[in-house]
Amino acid sequence: MADGKDITVKEKQELTTPAEQTTPGAVFTPQVDIFETEKEITLLADIPGVKSEKLNIDLRDNILTITGDIEAVGSVAEEGVLIEYDTGRFYRQFTLSEVIDQNKIDAKLGDGVLRLTLPKVEKATPRRIAIKAT
Amino acid sequence: MIYRRLLGFPSWEFKSPFAELERMKRQMDRLMEGFGGAYQRPYAGVFPLINLTESKDSYFIRAELPGVVAGELDIQATANSVAVSGERKIPAENKDARWHRREREAGKFSRMIAMPGEIDPNKVDASLVNGILTVVVPKAEVAKPRQIAVR
Repeated sequence: MADGKDITVKEKQELTTPAEQTTPGAVFTPQVDIFETEKEITLLADIPGVKSEKLNIDLRDNILTITGDIEAVGSVAEEGVLIEYDTGRFYRQFTLSEVIDQNKIDAKLGDGVLRLTLPKVEKATPRRIAIKAT
Repeated sequence: MIYRRLLGFPSWEFKSPFAELERMKRQMDRLMEGFGGAYQRPYAGVFPLINLTESKDSYFIRAELPGVVAGELDIQATANSVAVSGERKIPAENKDARWHRREREAGKFSRMIAMPGEIDPNKVDASLVNGILTVVVPKAEVAKPRQIAVR
């Protein structure tokens, strides 16, 4: 992957949901990588600024929901000089085609990147997923 | 005008079917301007996007750099600019991985940020927490605002 090419700039994608959020504020769609091996599906998501305790991963009825809240940075005394990006909650939902073993789901968060491992197996019961900070 | 059209004169207004659209676009642009610049975000076109704020004593540069490790970052400061460069590496995954999505990008980046005022390059401090880079750039003594007592 790292072949030394330059990263092209992309503006953060703001989400426009059909259903309005109850809490005000901007909502952004994180960029993700998803790949699958025979045993598992792995999802990598860029969620800079989200702490592990503010990250919510939810899987029920084959729908995976990732919600990450961020804390405000800086102090009130700061005045914006050049503002190129906005910050806000990260939110993204995926429908999983494979049946996932809910008890073996593993989530790691480090350097603003979430790595979610979803092992494939039968049986699906809703469960909240605990997040380990790395 | 109506007479000309009725009489079948070629009217300049209908030469281009896009002329009317163009006019509408101009009008829309003018309208948008009225909203106070909310639609005109400054955009340098260079990764990473930054937010520059200032307090009385310092400037703060913030950028979202998920997946970048501190060791891959290089920050240099001069009397009036800060350069941020580095590389974002995405480690190779299992060979038999079949990809569903690949939206995250790896590669090198380099950006020069011209500071609005003079800074103290010796006291620049940078931290990278949860994928967010914060560079605290203290203003030079001469550039700090000074309270002037009125007699």
